[in-house]
Amino acid sequence: MSKSKISINQLKLWYGESQALHGIDLGIAEKKITSFIGPSGCGKSTLLRCLNRMNDHISSCRIEGNVLMDDIDIYDPSVDVVQLRSHVGMVFQKPNPFPKSIYENVAYAPRIHGIASKGAEMDELVENVLKKASLWNEVKDKLHEPGTALSGGQQQRLCIARTIAVKPEVILMDEPCSALDPIASAKIEELMDELKKEYTIIIVTHSMQQAARVSDFTAFFYMGNLIEFGNTGDIFTKPKQQQTEDYITGRFG
Amino acid sequence: MQQHTMKRFDEELDALREHVLAMGGLVERAVGNAVRSMLEQNEKLAKKTIKRDRAINALEVQCDEMTRDILVRRQPAAGDLRFIMGIIKLVTDLERMGDLSTGIAKGTLYSLENPPRVFSNLDIMAEKVIRQVNRALDAFSRGDTELAMTVIEKDEGIDVLYKRMYREMLTYMMEDPHSISSSIILSNMAKNLERISDHATNIAEMVIYIEQGHDIRHVDHEAAARILAGEDID
Repeated sequence: MSKSKISINQLKLWYGESQALHGIDLGIAEKKITSFIGPSGCGKSTLLRCLNRMNDHISSCRIEGNVLMDDIDIYDPSVDVVQLRSHVGMVFQKPNPFPKSIYENVAYAPRIHGIASKGAEMDELVENVLKKASLWNEVKDKLHEPGTALSGGQQQRLCIARTIAVKPEVILMDEPCSALDPIASAKIEELMDELKKEYTIIIVTHSMQQAARVSDFTAFFYMGNLIEFGNTGDIFTKPKQQQTEDYITGRFG
Repeated sequence: MQQHTMKRFDEELDALREHVLAMGGLVERAVGNAVRSMLEQNEKLAKKTIKRDRAINALEVQCDEMTRDILVRRQPAAGDLRFIMGIIKLVTDLERMGDLSTGIAKGTLYSLENPPRVFSNLDIMAEKVIRQVNRALDAFSRGDTELAMTVIEKDEGIDVLYKRMYREMLTYMMEDPHSISSSIILSNMAKNLERISDHATNIAEMVIYIEQGHDIRHVDHEAAARILAGEDID
């Protein structure tokens, strides 16, 4: 296994009185795709959201343990959350482009973060990012049309472009294909395979076939516990835990 | 094990298992009948054995169709995937065992004009091989990896029996050229039995793969035992 980009140590999380994560220990390999699978309510999305502190917005949420990214505790009071989120981008279930042009969707964050200014420099960045997101050929002639006018799959690739525009190191994906048809999903999966050359990717998915197709490592969660973690090939051919076996073979409650 | 949420999937897996076991039953009987036809010089039984091989072949095709449908419709994973992969391989072994039995029955027909004076240890060897086939199928049916290991271990004894019989046939041929044709037939029958036992060994290896996910093909017994004990042998 390659070096851990993120190291999750004894992470416990409560929403008010109810505990959603029960001491998770997990290393996320750098420039690999790790998938989180498990039934609804198992804690996989909650854990994903911990990795760029999205749970900070929930007032009843309390955590113990730590999450180290390149050996820095992302929950340390000295960490700037805005800065953190530029390093750890997120793509959501439903494509949510800004109600702005395709160009602006990509250019907005780099401008705010001072990564590029206006003019030729920004044009180049937008083109590069859209190329990386495998969207350039489809939108190069309509960069100033609204992002929301694109198809669902294109919108999702635009959201991925928007995420990588600020040069993150980690991309979190929360069910990125659940609103897409199989062809649009396949394009996203192909894109993920390209992106992992540069980025560490973590994907939460309800589709076990998708986890089997795209990820290098798979973590199976149940009721707030990490039940099993391993090479995707091993998890899907010879899991060690009965609960994993039952879930991936369709024998769960 | 718990049932699948999709009950139809369980039914499909059960039906497949039953087809494989039915195929195994026919193979067991074919081996026994083929050898008996020789020992009794029974032309009718030999012909019946040859004719019945068609049923074994038909079951192979049916099993292949069933595994293909399960693969495309259910996308099996983990234990289900290993079960399907194991069956894809072991039905080929069963079908070959059927062909080898047909070969023995054909040998009986060739031997009728010039029957051998002695059958040497053909009956003892056949009995041991049939027990190997029976154990392999039992191991599959019950998911019994210990029994599967027994099949693998006992295969060596069959090889020894074959070599002994082959040498014996050679001496007969040297002593009496008239016995050449029947000795060759007997020697070929022993070879077929030895190969049937090899196929039973393949089935036993598949049972271990299906049940435990360990691939112990092409490693020696000692290494296989270490893999099964969870050691790394790299």
